[in-house]
Amino acid sequence: MPPKLCQLCNETRAVLKRPKTGQHICRECFYYVFETEIHNTIMEANLFSPGDRVAIGASGGKDSTVLAYVMKVLNERYNYGLDLHLLSIDEGIRGYRDDSLETVKRNQQQYDMPLKILSYEELYGWSMDRIVEQVGRKNNCTFCGVFRRQALDRGAANIGVDHILTGHNADDIAETVLMNIMRGDIARLGRCTLITTQGEDTIKRSKPFKYVYEKEIVMYAYFKKLDYFSTECIYSPDAYRGHARTFLKDLEASRPSAIIDIIHSGEAFEVRQEVKAKAKAQTTCKRCGYMSSNELCKACSLLEGLERGMGGLAVVRGRCRGLDVAEMKQKDR
Amino acid sequence: MSTVSLKVEFSGGLELLFNNQRQIKLDLPAQVPSDSQTVVAAGGQADASEGRPADVRYLIHWLKDNRLKERPELFVENGTVRPGILVLINDTDWELEGEEEYVLENGDDIVFISTLHGG
Ligand SMILES: [Zn+2]
Ligand SMILES: [Zn+2]
Repeated sequence: MPPKLCQLCNETRAVLKRPKTGQHICRECFYYVFETEIHNTIMEANLFSPGDRVAIGASGGKDSTVLAYVMKVLNERYNYGLDLHLLSIDEGIRGYRDDSLETVKRNQQQYDMPLKILSYEELYGWSMDRIVEQVGRKNNCTFCGVFRRQALDRGAANIGVDHILTGHNADDIAETVLMNIMRGDIARLGRCTLITTQGEDTIKRSKPFKYVYEKEIVMYAYFKKLDYFSTECIYSPDAYRGHARTFLKDLEASRPSAIIDIIHSGEAFEVRQEVKAKAKAQTTCKRCGYMSSNELCKACSLLEGLERGMGGLAVVRGRCRGLDVAEMKQKDR
Repeated sequence: MSTVSLKVEFSGGLELLFNNQRQIKLDLPAQVPSDSQTVVAAGGQADASEGRPADVRYLIHWLKDNRLKERPELFVENGTVRPGILVLINDTDWELEGEEEYVLENGDDIVFISTLHGG
């Protein structure tokens, strides 16, 4: 069987079938279309202005590793003029996060970007290992999700950055759309497909990989021999998310456009939701000073629950930590 | 009986199912039973008279029966790799090479990468 030629350049042997288009393409053409499509997404959404300080939320996993690499490439190729940083959260999970942070530290060297690591321990007074000791393995993903979100915002404030890029890819977003439908959470359905969101704080979060298929991210990392860490979180998996993922991968296997189609369905909900999000009254958390729509922000209400289970000592300790954070944020403004 | 020598690599977290081995070398019989029975074939004594040439489908069965250490459902589903596992044959997407039907040749390098682990 003669080798199949690339359908873009007609010169070189094809090495990849693009899930999005079905095209057979060679390695060089793959790099070109992969990077250019991300650049186009960035330009269409008007994500940056020259001189922006931008943090890449770096976990050491495939998506954020490829994101850091590609952002560096595009920033240089198209003169975005961005000051790029790596921002990592140490959840305090021994045997998982300590290993992946080693990967991030290597990325820091490889991509020559400053790295900031913040831990749950220093922010909240609790590591995930200790939270799991306390609450068991059933709801720990809830804690981790809320804490991580806030921790990234606080880390960004700490390094003077008001824009965080995350490695969420098209598969992740389609999966979240499905999850929101399965939970009946229509309020989040449109929001989760937005390329940029601004949450309870003033810090923007964007997803330059919004339209990038996971398969292409993994192939890109493989061909470029990028250094990433891949292990399941030892406290995972969120079983419900696991079902959504399996379902999505099955759909994709029979019709690859399913991923983008689901994102488009979510986007159809987008406009009305924006209005709703803006209408929500904002206040600050009475415990830590973080922006919140309730008396206590989500992280602090979780912390209070944890501390009630722990007795008085931890409450005092937690309060001090909370105050530190509030002060830290104020200094940064 | 003739054999094909292969290099097989696991990454993206799949190596954890294979005793943390990222790379193995193995020899498969060039002809395998048409029902993909690997247990006998692994011993090398299969009756190959009614067989077919060893293909990637057979390799997947063989790996599951002989090298997989835990949670087989994370590797195989419905007789092939689970959706979300990418396969490369000599650094080319297996979707361009006939997927499970690809007939293995001596010296082939087969890579299995999981995309299912965190980003
Ligand atoms: Zn080409
Ligand atoms: Zn708070």
